[in-house]
Formats: sequence, structure tokens, C-alpha cells
Amino acid sequence: MTLHRGRGFASINYPIGMNLGGDPSQALVHSNPDGKFMVALSSIDLGQGMKSVTRQIAAETLGIPVEDVYVDTADSDTGPHCMGSFASRGTHRVGNAVIAAAREARSVMMEAAAQELEVNPDDLVTDGKGNIHVKGAPSKSITTAAACGAAQFKQGRTVSGRGIFLVPLSDVDPDTGEMTPVTCFAHAAMVVDIDVDDETGEVTVIEMNSAYEVGRALNPRLVEQQLIGGAWMGMSHALWETTEPYYPDRIHGPVDFNEYLMPGPGDIAPHHISVLERPAPDGPFGGKGPGEMCANPVLPAVANAVFNAVGVRIDELPITPEKVLRGIAAIGGPQPQPKW
Amino acid sequence: MIEFRKEYFADERDDNLNEIGKPTQRQDMLGHVTGRSPYFDDHLFDGLLHLKCLRSPHHHARIRSVDTSEAERMPGVKKVIRARDVPLNLNTLLSLMDFGLDDEPMLADKKVCYVGEPVVAVVAETERACFDAIAKIRVDYEVLPHVLDVEEAIKPGAPSVNPTYPTNTFLYHEKYDHQKLRFGDVEAALRQADHVVEGRYQMSPIEQAPTETCGAIAAPETNNRFVVYTSTQALFFSLGTAAKMLKVSSNRLHFIGGTVGGGFGGKVDSIHEPMAILGCMLTGKPVRYAWDREEEMQVGAPRGAERWYITDGVMNDGRIIARKFTGYFDSGAYTRLSSYAIIKGTGHLPGPYTIPNVSSDVYCVFTNRTPATAMRGFGITGVDFSIEAHMDKVASKIGMNPIELRILNSYRDGDMKAHRRLAKNTALIECCQVVAEKAKWKIGNEYKAMSSLKGGGGERALIPAHTAIDQKGMVRGSGSSSFGYQPQPYVPSTPTFPSTPAFPSVPAYTPAASSSPAPGASERRPAENAPTPSSTYTPTPSQPATPVEQRPAVNRFSSISGLRRR
Repeated sequence: MTLHRGRGFASINYPIGMNLGGDPSQALVHSNPDGKFMVALSSIDLGQGMKSVTRQIAAETLGIPVEDVYVDTADSDTGPHCMGSFASRGTHRVGNAVIAAAREARSVMMEAAAQELEVNPDDLVTDGKGNIHVKGAPSKSITTAAACGAAQFKQGRTVSGRGIFLVPLSDVDPDTGEMTPVTCFAHAAMVVDIDVDDETGEVTVIEMNSAYEVGRALNPRLVEQQLIGGAWMGMSHALWETTEPYYPDRIHGPVDFNEYLMPGPGDIAPHHISVLERPAPDGPFGGKGPGEMCANPVLPAVANAVFNAVGVRIDELPITPEKVLRGIAAIGGPQPQPKW
Repeated sequence: MIEFRKEYFADERDDNLNEIGKPTQRQDMLGHVTGRSPYFDDHLFDGLLHLKCLRSPHHHARIRSVDTSEAERMPGVKKVIRARDVPLNLNTLLSLMDFGLDDEPMLADKKVCYVGEPVVAVVAETERACFDAIAKIRVDYEVLPHVLDVEEAIKPGAPSVNPTYPTNTFLYHEKYDHQKLRFGDVEAALRQADHVVEGRYQMSPIEQAPTETCGAIAAPETNNRFVVYTSTQALFFSLGTAAKMLKVSSNRLHFIGGTVGGGFGGKVDSIHEPMAILGCMLTGKPVRYAWDREEEMQVGAPRGAERWYITDGVMNDGRIIARKFTGYFDSGAYTRLSSYAIIKGTGHLPGPYTIPNVSSDVYCVFTNRTPATAMRGFGITGVDFSIEAHMDKVASKIGMNPIELRILNSYRDGDMKAHRRLAKNTALIECCQVVAEKAKWKIGNEYKAMSSLKGGGGERALIPAHTAIDQKGMVRGSGSSSFGYQPQPYVPSTPTFPSTPAFPSVPAYTPAASSSPAPGASERRPAENAPTPSSTYTPTPSQPATPVEQRPAVNRFSSISGLRRR
């Protein structure tokens, strides 16, 4: 009969990394004789970009082009221990381990270059393009390839590094819950505009506006895909998804994607994102982790928008058409709320 | 549309780096877009065998007998695996971090605790042959009473779901049947508040729904090793779990993964690797164990359901002066990771706001359903939904602009948080301001002028002069001495994967013979004091207060588990 426009807001923060710490990750970095580097991890790339973000971190730290680095994920014979890719810990924990390993490898490369150039290694800098030169004297230079070759074939040095990052495990007080849960937090705020159909109970997301603070965006494209995909998942959690539609009863459990409902392409709403970057003091180049928290503000923002549209508080997820219609009936018809 | 608002916090960043901050194409993009990136299921060895499980049709039942004789004679069947074939048929995932007690078998032995629990595994030449053989297995079940609701499960007399935790709650710190958070005196503050706002929130279970379902392929490798291709999100969790349950040295296992078709938390449970390796050990052939979509959705652990009750005390000007939580995580039949997520959630309370009085009781409850596990935002997503839906109710109650309410109460640099650490590196206010501007949601100039960098600390940095402490939910007979527990210093470099023996000896699994409480249960009191939040606010007498400085020193690391392996 009538579509009711509604607008909801939510803001959240999110703890980065495994709670309480105690979750180390390690990295090994080594160079071929021509100055091309490998990073060996046992971390996992789930599609989120683990290989790519650690590759950029390694290249930045080593002072070489990103093309000169490849990352190998997850072979237990070669990759040292990592707790795994979950809890938004990959970028923060593994990134820091890669920095430590790359720093150690870089210092050998710089010492080898210094020996070839007959200068003090402290006077050398990298240009990020494959060259090492004396600070302020670009002509006195050597390529990273030549430096690594000399290290291995002339000087007998291994251009390699080991890294580990560990946030020490926190205690928890049984009586007060006093603890040091994590070391940094990401933030988000979101406004969702929706339409509620008071005949069918269907909720249509019209537009999302968001601000996400993710620490430094180490790769803005990877941040973008996380935020867009994560907000989609949040919208899906709010309005569609559950394995137990009548929880705690187990009836009508879906067994495939015909029954397990999710928004399709036609349900995707325009999402306007602003990214804020407040670097985490202990993050790799200030990075936090956008992976998990991007979904969280959408759920309550949608619920709050439903209230704004028709005056019904739906406090049980997902917000199905059945719940919307029952809610509207319970209050004797839609009661649109003042618009902000 | 995405924009980067570089003007915020610009003085805290060096934006002139060579590689960091660049939109570099993914290293693995070419393989992905051409369909050539190798996943675990691309390693189809010659002579690969398949493994499938017979699963419980009951929520809760005693297994009287299992007859596999006909199944073993079926064509293509290579091995029928029973609970007795599993070298160590009891595990809990976080035992690798010494957190919690082993409580979950690889294959059910004496009883099943949820619909879908694996009872028998069949290894055969094809999946079809597995299913045909499974159809010939006869299991005689004695159906037991079951419980599916978290608040029903902790009532006295509820069916006992998990033999390791017979009263259906995880035990925290060897002391309480729930995780506590106490900061200030919530009950006193609620009495002073202009308004009290209550709410109840429920999140249903959610499937991680990765495109690639969970699975692993194990094959014999030369020199008495095994190679395992896996979709795990945590290579060494899976490797360590397999080494423990199969009693094999960790360096005889060669795990390869790292390229995974989506996880979202659903690929940390390490179910497939130990089972596939066991099949490989028992047949000498490569074995593949992977879920189909139905198993992924109904047997694979979902994001667990959470139920939260929130009570806020708020003043007419919008200041929230007290916030009280009671939470129930539905862990399903076994612990997996829910116990740990509760501590994460507790450390997150009361959300990104500075509230001078906060308390919380969160229960990890066992019910007769598919065990729950991690999913994107684990421990946080459910309570964030609850907090933010509740904030909207608070705003309605006092007639305040919802964004202004958040900014007013937002935490700022230097504020004391409820878990008693100072906030730093905060940015909630700026996110609120930016999104209000984008969405053209008007907020007052005084709120536009506020900042995460200003106005925090000072009095807001103080721990309350007194915090109301209580011993509600204390488990009878618990406490350091009676459990022989001594605080121990944290040892940072504990070797996690000794080569041999793989793990310290663990007491053998002796499931309860019936639904009567397991040995030791008599020491534990049912959660009779668990609060049953009422729909009307009724102040309860405040608990005897203990000044902060008189509390005993914080226990060390070992107290986290509540239940160390001994």
C-alpha cells in the first residue's frame, strides 16, 4: 500500500587483532642473488589481500619496488608459525612481523652496498626504484641487485631476515574484567536510508552513507573492496541471513542458496564512503584492519531506520518481512517517526 | 563512491611513502581472474578416496550400538572409521593456547549432542559409494531430552548437553559460570538516573557462506610424512589440532594452503584436516574430506546466536551514567571459540562510549545445536547491534538527536575504559561528524566542534572510587586453592608444537554414561543465580562494595583459561 522512508544511524569501534594478545605471527624474508625478494609466511590469503598488503609492506621496508617482492602464503615446511587470518589480525600482526624481517634483510643489503661503495652504511639510502646511494650524492650508487649479488657471491652474507610480532597475552581479572584486550581500534559511523513496504513488510535499502576510520589505508583499493563488501554483508545480516529462521527452534534450516537468503545485485544500494586515517601507533605504517568492522554498523543502522520509517522496534535479527508485518500489526498500523 | 578524507589526522601521518598508500594491483589477481589460482580442491591425486560421515538425526541421544558390518562389505568401501579409531578422540580448539578443556570428539562415541554430529566416517572410492555405505549403517539411538534455548539451558534440571561442562556453562577463571565486568556502581547510578531504558536483543545464527566450502585433501608423502592441502584460515591451528588428535609429530605433517576461497571465520575449526589424515593413515591412500553446501550450512559451525539484555541509566541532557549488560552466547554443543569471544566482547563493553558505571555478566551456554564458531566481527557484531539499537531507544526516550547523543557520550583520547585501560587513538567523533555532513543530517554547532583529541582525560581518566563487586555465579568448591591452582607468571616463549610427544598427556575422554551429571558435577552449582532480566526496572540492593585497592592482585595468564589441562 504505502512505502515509508526511514533513516537510521549507528556508530561503532572495533578491536584489532586477537583479543588479549598472545597471538604471534612470524615472517621470513630472503633475497635471490639478483636482489629479488621472497617473503615466506604461513598466513592465509582468503581473498582479502594478505599476499598483496604484506608485499607492499615488505617493499616499503626494504626500499625496493613492489615488483621485486613476491609473497608465499601457507606452506608449513617453509613458512614460519602464524596464528592465522582472522580477528582482523592479518594486516596488523603479520604486517609488523614482515616489517621486522624486512628490516633485518635490508640491513644486510645496506652493509653489502656500503662495502662495495666503501662508505659507511649509515650514509646510504634507497630510492625505492632499485638503487642504493649515498645520502645527498645520488651519483655514488649501486643497484640493489648488485648489492645483493655481491653480498652472496663476494662477501658471503645471506640477505635475509626473520621477524615476529607478538602482543603479550593479557591477564583478565575474574571479578572486575580488568584486562588489556587489544592495542588499537578502528571506528565507523553510518547513516542508512530505507523504504518499508507496509503491505509486504519488505525493507529496501535506498542509500548508505558511511565514515570509516581504518588507520592508514595501506592499499586504498583493498580498503575499498573490504568496506563495500563488508557493508553488503552487514546489510545482508540485517535483513536476510540466518541458518535458523525461527531460532531457537531449528525448523526451516536452509541447505542451499535457494533457501539461505542474501541480497542479489538488484538489492545493492549506493554506498558513499569516506575513509579517515588515524594511524595506529603500533600498526604497520599505522595500519589497523578494516576487514571485520565494516559490516557492524549496518545492522543496527538498518534496525533504527525501520523504527524511523514505521515506528516498529525489531530487536531480533534478521529483520524479515514477517517480523515487520507482525510489528506493524502490533502497534495498529505504521507510525512514521520524525525525520532527521 | 569512496573518498579519502586526508585532512583528518594529517599531522599524524607521513603520506609520502613509496609503496604504502598506493592502489597496487593484487599479487594474485592474474591467477584469480583467469581461474588458475590453485585451491585445496585442485590437488586431485590418482586413486583419491573420499570421506563422508554418518550424522546424528537427533538433537540429543545415547548411542546404544552401531552396526557397520553391511557397510563394510559395500562396493568401493575402503574403511569405516569409528570413534575408537581416533588416537585422541577429544579436543578443544583453543587447547593450543591452553584455553578451556577438551570437550569435543572427532566422532561421537557414547552419545550425540546435536543434529548433524558425526558418528561414523566412511572412506570409499567415490562420494556416492560413501553415501550408499552410510545408508547401510545401523545405529540404535536412545533419544534423550534436549534443550535449545540458552536461558532454558542454564535453569536447574535442564538436560546436560556437554559431558565436560555438565551444567551447560563454560567455567571462567576456575571461579564463575560467566565472565564479569565491573566498573563503578551501576545499581547506585541507575537509581540516580533521570531515565532507565531497557532492551532485549537477539541475533540468530548466521552462515559464513564462503564460495569454497571447507575441506582438505591428505596424501602419504615420502619418508613417512603426510601432505595436506587445506582451506584452513589458520594453518598452524589445523596442523596443531591434527598433530594432537592423531598423536603424530607436527613435523611429519606438511600443510599447504594459503589460497582460500573465502573464510569469514568459518574455516578455523580444523575439522577436515585431522579426519582426512586419519583416513589417509588407515588406508595408505590420498583422502579428500570436504563439505557439500548442505553440510556447510547445517553442520558447519555458524556465527552463534547471541542474546543481550541492556539497561541504561541516562540523564535528561543525554549523558549515559550507567549501563548494564547480561549476555548469553549460544555455543551449541561444544565450546569451539565462543568462550574466548565472550572475553573479547567483554573487553569491548560498553561500546565506544565513556560511561562511568558499567557492569556485565556474559554466559557461554551449551545447547543441543550445531556448535558455533567465529565469524567476521566475532564477539562484537551481536553486541554492537544491541548497543546501537539501544542507543536509538535512549535517543527517542529523551528526545535527542541520535548522532548528537553518540558524540556527547563518545570516548575520547585519555578516557578510562571499563576494562581499566586508557583510550587512545580514538576517532569516533570524527566519523560521526563526517557521516552527518555527508548524509545532510543536521547536528548542532557545538557537536561539530567536538573532537576525539580534546576534552578527554582529566576526571574522565579516573577509575571509579569504588566498584561494586559480587560473587554471583561462583561455582561451589572453586577458588585457587581448592583447585590446586597457583598463579603462574606468563612465559612468553612456550613451545607450542614440540616434535614428540606432540602434546602433554591429556586425561582420557570418559563421556558421561547417561544424562546424569558427570563426576565432578556435584561440585558445581547450577546457575540458579543467573539473572532473569525483568521487563520492568527494579533496583536491587547494591552488593557489598570493595574498594579497588583492596582487591587481590590480578591473576596471571593461567587464570584466563579458567580450566587448564592438568
